[in-house]
Amino acid sequence: MFKGLLGKKIGMTQIFDDNGVAIPITVIEAGPCYVTQLLTSEKDGYSAVQIGFDEIKPSRITNGEMGHLKRNNLPPLRFLREFRTDDPQVAEGDKVTVDQFEVGELVDIVGTSKGRGFQGGVKRYNFGGGPKTHGQSDRMRAPGSRGAGTTPGRVFKGSRGPGHMGHERVTVQNLKVAYLDPERNLIGVKGAIPGARGGLIMIKGARKS
Amino acid sequence: MTDILRTVESPVNPNVPDLFPGDQVSVHVKIKEGNRERVQEFKGVVLFTHNNGNTSTFTVRRVASNGIGVERTFLTRSPRIAKVVVERHSQVRRARLYFLRSRSGKSARLKQKF
Repeated sequence: MFKGLLGKKIGMTQIFDDNGVAIPITVIEAGPCYVTQLLTSEKDGYSAVQIGFDEIKPSRITNGEMGHLKRNNLPPLRFLREFRTDDPQVAEGDKVTVDQFEVGELVDIVGTSKGRGFQGGVKRYNFGGGPKTHGQSDRMRAPGSRGAGTTPGRVFKGSRGPGHMGHERVTVQNLKVAYLDPERNLIGVKGAIPGARGGLIMIKGARKS
Repeated sequence: MTDILRTVESPVNPNVPDLFPGDQVSVHVKIKEGNRERVQEFKGVVLFTHNNGNTSTFTVRRVASNGIGVERTFLTRSPRIAKVVVERHSQVRRARLYFLRSRSGKSARLKQKF
């Protein structure tokens, strides 16, 4: 069955369970979302549900996007994302909310990690760097060797090294739903999730549970 | 956005008054032993407080019978805290009373604030 929602990361706090144990949670303002399109394997080559989130002014989206949403008489939406599923059980134009989840359930969270810019190997891949002492200079955060010598005589593609870090799609699997407020469209999952506050978050039913 | 976070958090425990560094307090903590629940008392001086919604804490220091200092940090909004009684306030000039750790006896006294 299809389970999915788009939301905005609000931030982290902690709540107390019945035994008084503090649980760290990340609060997400999720939905209300609308099913904007159903993709089928016959027509599109794969089956998925397209979900829209965040109502905005009509002037903020293009006429093409507007037409796509008008088909199902939906308001202008800022984000559209697809969730792959073989068993949608929803129809185009349907509203989806946090009601589909329940406390204690496991979910997968997809977000975009915070951008770190161009970083060296020590920060990006936990390289050890060079020695601090024994006559060394300028070696403390050096990457060291890039590979073997004359054979192969080149650096293999995909070798780890300095480069752009962060701002990439990150999935965290099997986070427990610890808090739900359907009235205000809030959902709280136990633990941290990728991205900055205010970032777009995809919530899916757990794939491996 | 932080406003939304604040509403998720539990309400302030009415049995925990505002605490300040230097307060002589007695903290009543609910403790579960098997099926029984009892209340344990921890008396001491508030060394420092950390006020941030549900993650608020306060640290209490007391000197145990053999002269060994014991510090315990409590979550201010935890439902396990039955109540906190402030026995006296002290006149202190800093927010974090780390200097008390290296003092004992007479020099560890604090001036009372009325």
